Amino acid sequence: MADKSMVGRKGKPFKMPIEWGKVREFARAVKDPNPLYFDPELAKKELGGIPIPVTFLQTSAFWQEADSGPGMGGFDLRRILHGEQEFEFFKPIFVGDTLTGVSQIADVYEKEGGRGGKMTFLVSEVEYTNQRGEKVAVARSTLIETGQTVRAS
Amino acid sequence: MAPKLKFDSVKVGDEIPKFVVEGITRPDFVRYAGASGDFVPLHYDQAFVEAAGIPTVFAQGMFTAGLLSKALTDYVGIGNVRQYKVRFATRLWPGDIVTCTGKVTNKLEQNGEKLIEGDLIVLNQKGEPAIRGSFRAACG
Repeated sequence: MADKSMVGRKGKPFKMPIEWGKVREFARAVKDPNPLYFDPELAKKELGGIPIPVTFLQTSAFWQEADSGPGMGGFDLRRILHGEQEFEFFKPIFVGDTLTGVSQIADVYEKEGGRGGKMTFLVSEVEYTNQRGEKVAVARSTLIETGQTVRAS
Repeated sequence: MAPKLKFDSVKVGDEIPKFVVEGITRPDFVRYAGASGDFVPLHYDQAFVEAAGIPTVFAQGMFTAGLLSKALTDYVGIGNVRQYKVRFATRLWPGDIVTCTGKVTNKLEQNGEKLIEGDLIVLNQKGEPAIRGSFRAACG
């Protein structure tokens, strides 16, 4: 069900403070022992602050409320797969920043699939600005709704 | 930390040093669920996945994308990634040996910034891709 009228639909802005404890926990979870995540003095000297792992903005799940999403009405969540994920970075993000995220549906389209039948693609974006109003990043997810539940291969 | 990558010494075709995890585990998936806030039960709840007809829990795609991003930042340096994109292919299961790597495909200068671009890949022990990806990174 590719409903083009969904494109441009936005969620309510949400705040996301960048916390050191969460950054450390995330770096460990992705097996990255780089001292820049764990040693504030080194990080300040090298980069100007404690950085975030490349995929850390995925933790926005902790900060989004029910109305922060752009609305996925019409999609069957039991048949959704995460197809692609992209991050673009425009300015550094450091521990201590407070980001504001705004979600929107960027695109909806259909394709004929293989084992899952017709597939609907939903591209959603979250644009992040920092506490100075600078655009720092965009996170872009492509979700795929398959025609039927996809079983293990 | 890896020595700083120099634009002039990077060549198209250069390989990103491999990051290998010798057997991912269920606790890895649980730890990633807690760290990321992604509590989709397919990745830690055995009863749930069996009821869905899947033999066992499998890795979150974004867990694997996180491993791959470590290989990338070890190469280009933390703070230099401008764009990172992953496309998910086959699933990874507990016990799989995961190899993250990639290669440089382009060098360019844009708005006075020296950049490199490349392809990224995560393979299981059978050589099947779990992720295909791409990146752009600043390279001073």
